[in-house]
Amino acid sequence: MKITENLAPQARPAGDCIWEIPPSAKPGMLVPARIYASEQLLGQMDAGVFEQVTNVACLPGIVRAALCMPDGHWGYGFPIGGVAAFRADTGVISPGGIGFDINCGMRLLRTDLTEDEVRPRLRELVDALFAAVPSGVGAKGLVHLSEPAFRRVMVEGAGWCVAQGYGWPEDLDHIEGRGCLAGADPAHVSARAVSRGTDQLGTLGSGNHYLEIQVVRPGAIHDPATARALGVGNPGQVCVMLHCGSRGFGHQIGTDYLRRFDQVMASYGITVRDRELACAPFASKEGQAYFGAMTAAANTAFANRQVITHRIREVFAKVLGKDARALGLSVVYDVCHNTAKLERHVVDGRPLDLVVHRKGATRAFGPGEPDVPAAYRAVGQPVIIGGSMETGSALLVGTARAMAETWGSTAHGAGRTMSRAQAKRQVWGETLIKDMEQRGIIVRAASKSGVAEEAGFAYKDLGAVVDVLHRLDISRKVVSLTPIGNIKG
Amino acid sequence: MGRFRFVEDVALADCAVEIEGGDLGDLFETAASALAELMVDPTTVSVTVDRTITLETSALDLLLYDWLSELIFLKDRDRQVFTRTQVRVGGSGPFHLTARVEGGMIDPERTARRADPKAVTFHQFALERAGDGWRARVVIDI
Repeated sequence: MKITENLAPQARPAGDCIWEIPPSAKPGMLVPARIYASEQLLGQMDAGVFEQVTNVACLPGIVRAALCMPDGHWGYGFPIGGVAAFRADTGVISPGGIGFDINCGMRLLRTDLTEDEVRPRLRELVDALFAAVPSGVGAKGLVHLSEPAFRRVMVEGAGWCVAQGYGWPEDLDHIEGRGCLAGADPAHVSARAVSRGTDQLGTLGSGNHYLEIQVVRPGAIHDPATARALGVGNPGQVCVMLHCGSRGFGHQIGTDYLRRFDQVMASYGITVRDRELACAPFASKEGQAYFGAMTAAANTAFANRQVITHRIREVFAKVLGKDARALGLSVVYDVCHNTAKLERHVVDGRPLDLVVHRKGATRAFGPGEPDVPAAYRAVGQPVIIGGSMETGSALLVGTARAMAETWGSTAHGAGRTMSRAQAKRQVWGETLIKDMEQRGIIVRAASKSGVAEEAGFAYKDLGAVVDVLHRLDISRKVVSLTPIGNIKG
Repeated sequence: MGRFRFVEDVALADCAVEIEGGDLGDLFETAASALAELMVDPTTVSVTVDRTITLETSALDLLLYDWLSELIFLKDRDRQVFTRTQVRVGGSGPFHLTARVEGGMIDPERTARRADPKAVTFHQFALERAGDGWRARVVIDI
């Protein structure tokens, strides 16, 4: 990918916290590129963001605009924070618009516990969670799947897990798509992907994946009524957040189809400015094959987070001596932030079937939308945005404005400000772990160098990102969540 | 003997590596060493596995892509990492690779673990001649 000169200065204000690069900025652009950011966040965005979002604007069948959320930074093909919708009949599907970690996403659990109740047992909880949820490179899952069972997981997602006893039936009501997206087709999943993933169900991964015990501190409840509706309205309340995806299974599917599309797209007369934007028409046999395989991976990621939820409940019950139901350890919500979904949106007054790609971006459907769980329909779909292990995360809800402006999408995180190597030069993992413990956050990690790489100073200010989302009214702030225990791979 | 270096300003969240080799075999061996170094401290892996990998592709750069992708695949499927490789690359289209790889199991109790690569990307992916040798740039999604 080559960097075009002077793209950033061509981003002109198009509204409060909205910037637009016109199609005239780069040959081949079919629509504008729109970046949602404050002036400060826009200034922090690297050159790759402007290059990549304008490259996305060149893809066939794109509708209205190529979008980038306030946490945008450069990725592969699409920027991280990239959102784009393509006509299902004439547009494309691109693995670069989803990512290798298909359905990397977030799950938030709530409890009836308070920080005062948990603090005396916190180290025990963190140690037990670290032992119960395999993490890091080479980790082996605790649920071994036969091939027939794995194919059922691909189609049934979290529902398979609940049927096997890994979870409660009501968990499914609080997962995006009920933990099972339509369209999964195991026939289009390679044997390599199956063999790569068969032993990884229930593993956390590594890098920026984590399992975190968090607290809703007094003063961190921004919308008390909505917080109560989501079950997180009590000051001092303990929650648990999970960030992980489809593991090697999804990664292999991403690799398989990126490789395949790299070779086939010329036969459809498609050229792209960046090889990572390799794509195929959604309606083609290759496009449909990828959609079927990608959806199978998405469902497997839901299953992965469901199995880990089961382990979290087991650990809390054992350490605290009370059944998980008695602890109120229930799912608030589970969201994807790397997918392409077939959705119907209104375009120029008419309903249109679109393939909405969200790459490091979260669905944020507003109040009244039928896909929002009944329990939340009055307030909007919960949006879980992860921050750093030192500074915390945020819970928001989707809005009607998001439906109109961003295909019902919002940001997913804070985004890095420095490389992993630079972060490791600034702090030793062991030193950071000790320092965090002194500040009340207990960390267990499979890789100490990995901890250093994830230091808080390596990330943007999540508060700045969340404030822009709220100001844009594409998501509304509900609570901020402070970490007190963290497990990493 | 080839060499590699991790490049910082290319991919903040992931790992970019530049590789040089005297010939293609040397470059591919060095790329494998870089990948192993990314995943573990190689000195903490007991060498207990010895296997052969063969690959064939239509384009030379795809051979490098598939070589590293194969090592990442084996990391997950077999939980093995390979710290020593001997690679022969031949052909002029199709291109083929035969490699002897030695390494061991990733043991959470004994292996000093680092990053967990997801995939090789095409981001700034390049394999080209450089003087009398070869060089490559690869960005790996972590």
